[in-house]
Amino acid sequence: MWPGVALHVVSGKGGTGKTTVAAALALALAHQGKRTLLMEVEDRQGIAQLFDTPPLPYEERKIAVAPGGGEVWALAINAQEALLDYLDIFYNLRRAGSVLRRMGAIDFATTIAPGLRDVLLTGKACEVVRRIDKRAPNAYSAIVLDAPPTGRIARFLNVNSEVSGLAKVGPIRNHADLVMSIISSPRTAVHLVTLLEEMPVQETADGVAELRAANLPVGGIFVNMTRKPMLTGEQLQEARSGTLPAEIIGQCLNESGIEDLGATIVSTLLREANEHALRVDLEARESERIVELGLPTFFLPLLSEGIDLGGLYELANLLREGGIR
Amino acid sequence: MRLNAPVLEIDALLGDMSITIIVCTGAGGVGKTTTAAALALRAAEQGRDVCVLTIDPAKRLAQAMGLSVLDNTPRRVEGVCGADGKGSLHAMMLDMKRTFDEVVEEHADPERAQTILDNPFYQALSSSFAGTQEYMAMEKLGQLRAKADEDGSWDLIIVDTPPSRSALDFLDAPERLGSFLDGRFIRILTAPARGAGRGIGKIAAFSFGLFTSVLNKILGSQVLADVGSFVAAIDTTFGGFRERADATYTLLQAAGTSFVVIAAPERDALREAAFFVERLKSDSMPLAGLVLNRVQEVRETNLSTEQATASAEKLEKLGANERLTAALLRLHADRQRIYTRQLHLAERFTAAHPGVAATTVPALAEDVHDLAGLREIGDLLATRLET
Repeated sequence: MWPGVALHVVSGKGGTGKTTVAAALALALAHQGKRTLLMEVEDRQGIAQLFDTPPLPYEERKIAVAPGGGEVWALAINAQEALLDYLDIFYNLRRAGSVLRRMGAIDFATTIAPGLRDVLLTGKACEVVRRIDKRAPNAYSAIVLDAPPTGRIARFLNVNSEVSGLAKVGPIRNHADLVMSIISSPRTAVHLVTLLEEMPVQETADGVAELRAANLPVGGIFVNMTRKPMLTGEQLQEARSGTLPAEIIGQCLNESGIEDLGATIVSTLLREANEHALRVDLEARESERIVELGLPTFFLPLLSEGIDLGGLYELANLLREGGIR
Repeated sequence: MRLNAPVLEIDALLGDMSITIIVCTGAGGVGKTTTAAALALRAAEQGRDVCVLTIDPAKRLAQAMGLSVLDNTPRRVEGVCGADGKGSLHAMMLDMKRTFDEVVEEHADPERAQTILDNPFYQALSSSFAGTQEYMAMEKLGQLRAKADEDGSWDLIIVDTPPSRSALDFLDAPERLGSFLDGRFIRILTAPARGAGRGIGKIAAFSFGLFTSVLNKILGSQVLADVGSFVAAIDTTFGGFRERADATYTLLQAAGTSFVVIAAPERDALREAAFFVERLKSDSMPLAGLVLNRVQEVRETNLSTEQATASAEKLEKLGANERLTAALLRLHADRQRIYTRQLHLAERFTAAHPGVAATTVPALAEDVHDLAGLREIGDLLATRLET
């Protein structure tokens, strides 16, 4: 899946588990001795929390080992540090940069030019991508960017149009062009994370349309926190219509040693089965809408114990089984 | 879900006539807008004259409230009133650019207003500046409040907050924007035009020179020129952005304002809620309590997760009816596990913030499409679970 893609951008509606999916993807891509970089841009320290490590500095560091000897590295970037980097790389101005930072000027610069912030953040991701072309010793095989949510993603990535309102010529403009040449190329794939609920699915459909309109390369859809139907088709039918055999279920409970005085357990089980059936129906409807988008789609289960490191590996394995490598 | 916390009495909150502003806040994706709308409908049906300011409602929720146009003015939601005919509901969606434009038009003569509106920097600022949405939400709240004071249109305003990276942005962004626009760099930058930069010392002049040369290098000189002419244009007409921001901030601290913090039973959402609760405390802003949305409910039975799982294992090896029963038991155990995890997360919050009142709303299978759906959420918000 996605050969040749170096930059995986992961977006999604708030609360859909964007960071979790980005981390699982970075793990899945790091199999068999490969090295991937997981980046975050929003000062949330979501990666550190997920991997249960101290807050990440502005520095690439190893945070996990993938099965087969691969490694996942992580980097939390912010606009300030990225601007200092930029001044250093392009103008050899690191010392001036630190004076400016003390003055609060860097904050000022990223504030008067909102687009500048995004160019710096995406620019840093593209710098890491370019290491691959340069065959640099510190190159990664793939970069996964935990990006802003669906509502802001097209604007975040479409740095060219953001900057064009501000700077029509000049170095930042050239920088934006360079960034855009990577982000809108087949070397980038923008993935969206969703849940099988109405609002996130709608936002995903809108997001796909917006990305396409901006000529940004859409990758796949990651459907997160799905529940396996725990009943067969026939059982679901009966659960829906309320015709599951209460008496027989009561006898079976008894048989297994569960005492059910006043049949309260049976009636609870039947109501839960009914709610489950309705939920399965809803998810089926929403799944259809996702499939209609015609994009590679991956389903990830809801882990009832919550997401810990073990859960992340489990999700990464599922992604690999789904063809991501 | 039964929490080890005082009960957030929704009806007492909505019925308290001394409360005139309720701010709904929380992390993205926790159901802030829906909760704000449900609270507003319930208050209106209890006889209050309510205006709800939503930021970015889902299409169907907007339709449920009859909001088909985004025209930045409150619209009456038809057919909503209390049993005795008292009470009303107005709803509006924030259009941040429009709100900003209106502020400009209101405070500047037409010619100057046009200069500002045409300025490229103003256009970037009013449509994409991080924090403009928060600032304009506050601005709009101030306007609605002023209108209510003037003609008594509303006795309760309920505000949804923008989907920021952090819930704290709502409180901080207006101040940031205000101090940025009134800040020293922007003053220095426009010094030649205003004569305000005279007499700055040698060191400051050196730093300033470095600063402008780097900015020019990065952005191109046009950007700084645009900023300069923007600031020069607004300077004479505005009473200072910072003062405006300060005034709305004070409104939030005043008696009569109450905050409802909204979360889902997930780590990140509850962490945001905790930050916010602490912040309100340190800024002495009144917190009504926590609404925990989307919780997994379980019905009280004396069947434990372990027992259900063990029985399911036994039954699975037998006939068709037993397998059906086993599947139901597994379903039950799965829900119990989710419930237990959520309860654990919620209790970490309540243990750390023992005085904070709370209420929970179970996860609903479908989104809200109509007023009946909002009404149902209102009922669930106000439901007291006996302890």
